[in-house]
Amino acid sequence: MIDLLLTYPIISALIGLCGLSVFFGAVLGFAAVKFKVEGDPLVERIDELLPQTQCGQCGYPGCRPYAEAIAGGDVINKCPPGGQATVNKLADLLGVSAPALDAESDENTDVKKVAFIREDECIGCTKCLQACPVDAIVGAAKQMHTVLADECTGCDLCVEPCPVDCIDMIPLPTTVKEWGWQMPKPAKGPHIIASDKDLIASDKDPARDRAA
Amino acid sequence: MRQIWDIHGGVHPPENKHQSLQSPLGTIALAAELVLPLNQHIGNPAIPVVRIGQRVLKGELIADAQGIFSACIHAPTSGEIIAIEDRPIAHPSGLSAPCIVLRPDGENRWTDLHPCDDPTLLDHAALVEKIRRAGLAGMGGAGFPTAVKLNPRSTDVVETLILNGTECEPYITADDMLMRVYADEIIQGALLLARIVGSPKEILVGIEDNKPEAIAAMQTAAQGTAVEVVVFPTKYPSGGEKQLIQILTGKEVPSGKIPAQIGVLVQNVGTAYAAWRAVRYGEPLIERVTTVVGEALTVQRNIRVPLGTPVAHVLEQHGFSAAKCARIIIGGPMMGYSIEEPQVPVVKTTNCIMAPSHDEMPPAPPAQACIRCGLCAEVCPATLLPQQLYWYAQAEDFQRLENHNLFDCIECGACSFVCPSAIPLVQYYRAAKNSIRRLDAEKQKADRARERFEQRKERIARAEAEKEAKRLARKKAADEMKSRLDEQKPAAPLPDPVAAAQEKAQTVPDDADGQSKKLGRQLESVQSRLQHLQQQIAECEDAARRDALTAQLRQAELKLEDVRKKQDDLERGVSLPLDQRLQNVAQKIQASPLEAQRNAVATIEKRLAVAVEKMEDAAREQKPTLAAFTQGVEKLRLKLAEAQAELAELERQPISSDSVNPEENAAAAAIARAQAKAAAAANMSAEEKHAEQLQSLRGRVDKARAKLAEAEASGSEHIAALRTGLEKLQAKLAELEQGK
Repeated sequence: MIDLLLTYPIISALIGLCGLSVFFGAVLGFAAVKFKVEGDPLVERIDELLPQTQCGQCGYPGCRPYAEAIAGGDVINKCPPGGQATVNKLADLLGVSAPALDAESDENTDVKKVAFIREDECIGCTKCLQACPVDAIVGAAKQMHTVLADECTGCDLCVEPCPVDCIDMIPLPTTVKEWGWQMPKPAKGPHIIASDKDLIASDKDPARDRAA
Repeated sequence: MRQIWDIHGGVHPPENKHQSLQSPLGTIALAAELVLPLNQHIGNPAIPVVRIGQRVLKGELIADAQGIFSACIHAPTSGEIIAIEDRPIAHPSGLSAPCIVLRPDGENRWTDLHPCDDPTLLDHAALVEKIRRAGLAGMGGAGFPTAVKLNPRSTDVVETLILNGTECEPYITADDMLMRVYADEIIQGALLLARIVGSPKEILVGIEDNKPEAIAAMQTAAQGTAVEVVVFPTKYPSGGEKQLIQILTGKEVPSGKIPAQIGVLVQNVGTAYAAWRAVRYGEPLIERVTTVVGEALTVQRNIRVPLGTPVAHVLEQHGFSAAKCARIIIGGPMMGYSIEEPQVPVVKTTNCIMAPSHDEMPPAPPAQACIRCGLCAEVCPATLLPQQLYWYAQAEDFQRLENHNLFDCIECGACSFVCPSAIPLVQYYRAAKNSIRRLDAEKQKADRARERFEQRKERIARAEAEKEAKRLARKKAADEMKSRLDEQKPAAPLPDPVAAAQEKAQTVPDDADGQSKKLGRQLESVQSRLQHLQQQIAECEDAARRDALTAQLRQAELKLEDVRKKQDDLERGVSLPLDQRLQNVAQKIQASPLEAQRNAVATIEKRLAVAVEKMEDAAREQKPTLAAFTQGVEKLRLKLAEAQAELAELERQPISSDSVNPEENAAAAAIARAQAKAAAAANMSAEEKHAEQLQSLRGRVDKARAKLAEAEASGSEHIAALRTGLEKLQAKLAELEQGK
């Protein structure tokens, strides 16, 4: 046997290569079983970025279905509650250029809103309870309903089913606790240097021009 | 002389502290109303414990702490609570927040205080509680509840207590003035705080060397005590908590940790003073020393000002000129913020009110592009990279900002101060911090929403599954039942419900027994309904409803009568089907007269019983029908007596068929004749039958002819009919004769 291998080194090389391929195949096969990833990790990561309002404005029944759709190749600009910021983050994650938000209305989506039930008009039909995707409305049949403002995602899915139109979407008031500094607005127009300031001021003031 | 360490960076802005130190510590007249925000500290807002219109005394509790992380609020003077509402507060946002509004009565009368002559006798818990009840919050500017700070975690042993008298911010001299005037009480406060936190090894008072008078006063007061006054060179921002710790101890507070974790506790000198007043004299925190400074004022000094005093009132008392004033700033020029609304109140953390002139504080020059000079990094006391942070803040790259320790920035403004391009760097950092916090909050909310959504989906799926399981179970049961039925009568087709109903409808009326049962049931239900209605009428108070009920009652009574009548009829056999009735009649006819009479008597007796019952009912309810009933009963009695007499007579007579009343037996005789005729016809032969028919037909023809003649004689209109009848009979007769 050894003689044979020594005589024909090509055979020994073949045996060695076959042995190696079998070994690595076994290792890879084991790793594929042992370290198998459950589900699609990309869907998880996209779902993390979505605002979880479960509003269905993207045309899918909730944020996770939309995340799955994006992972399957759908466009990323269908989420009005998330706004342009979410579109940018999704674009960043997926390594594509960020398209503009596909919002039908030019409403300011930055203002967070919560549903509010005008309680003396509520007839207790429980229709809004069934519509709320996050169980943020409490109530029972023929009892007054009310919205848990802390849990409301502002998806406005409860507004439409109300038979007496007693649900309003009201913008959340800014309290001292939630208020925060805003980014300074970048200077308009071309940047100027400090010594230009007087010059610009004199441009605007005709009296000064005359004096000069 | 102890060793002093240096901090990285720092700047030397113009101090401008002399203006407010020319006059001694002053007081001002009470404002017309005091506005006390419920949240003057970090943490939960206090909860009001007073009503609108309630009179309170100076030092009385008006809002209680909400939880541990909160502080009480007391009335700064005696007066009346006139409102609890949202008012603009001293905050960079310019927003309103809930406030208690007090209108002073001018008496300035104290409530009962609980002084303590010897605080050394009190234990730790009692001292902390006194400080908590006094509503102390850090007076350096942050407003951290003091009682919380004095209760460090058991694992954190305080080795060094530092009193912060640095006051590095330009213009502000409130702590300087406080140390000059109340040095003894500050030292007492320091010793008290040291006792509360477990007698640390060192008690230091850190003062910058630009306050010689305060240093002298404090050193005098500290003589013979464990308190050491440490003087170090002036540099902004030495007064920052972490910076001061580094200067005095050389220890650096690690990123994301608090000083207590390295065994250091820092308190402002103002807080030490307030703590001493609270424990020794029982005085709550209702006033503070504030610097009022700026060239738009004629008087610049430090004052003791009751909390809640509107800034406008303070400025007014110092010769404020609105035309001269560039803007009103709360706090110092480096870290303070400007306010638009001068009615905002002074709170526990207000250490300076600035009203600078236009020359004193010109508007910031326009920001220019960053030239990457790196000056900001040189001056940053937290050794951050402000320039990098600026780029990332502009790009909103929050991940990198956090990696570059944005949250270690103390927002001192040294970087903005040195920036040659006048970039408002601190504002970028503040905005970025706010965005990060907001995004975190949003993420938490989104996670919660996701969790709730998942749980809801699960719940709905579970409910659906339960429903489905129930449905399947029902279907299974139905199938089983069906198969069992099929086994019992395998060949029988499914009964047609329509046919069954028709059958039932046909059978029921024939079944007298069933009908009487049905009538009995009807009777019962009608009677119970009657009773129910009567009860309702008795209970009812509404006239309209009673009328309606009475009408119903009358209907029910009618129905009852009807049902009774039907029952009687049934008993008498009136309502029985025709053939059954005929049978009854035949039975009657065939029965012997004695039996018939007996039956008649029984029937009358029964009717009488019913009638008597009805009469009694009527008598009980005093109905107008009583008379009629009575009459009916009497008649029935007479009839009964007659029938009984007849019966007695019949019983006395011997039973014989002759005695049968001929009238009564006419039908029987006719039947007997017909039967005899039929029997005779059956016995006759065919010829005889024919001859008989012929004979009878001839007889009929004769009769018809006679009738026709009679009709012709009298001129009747039936002549034609009679004639055709005669013709037909003659034709029949001719046919019969031919057949013969």
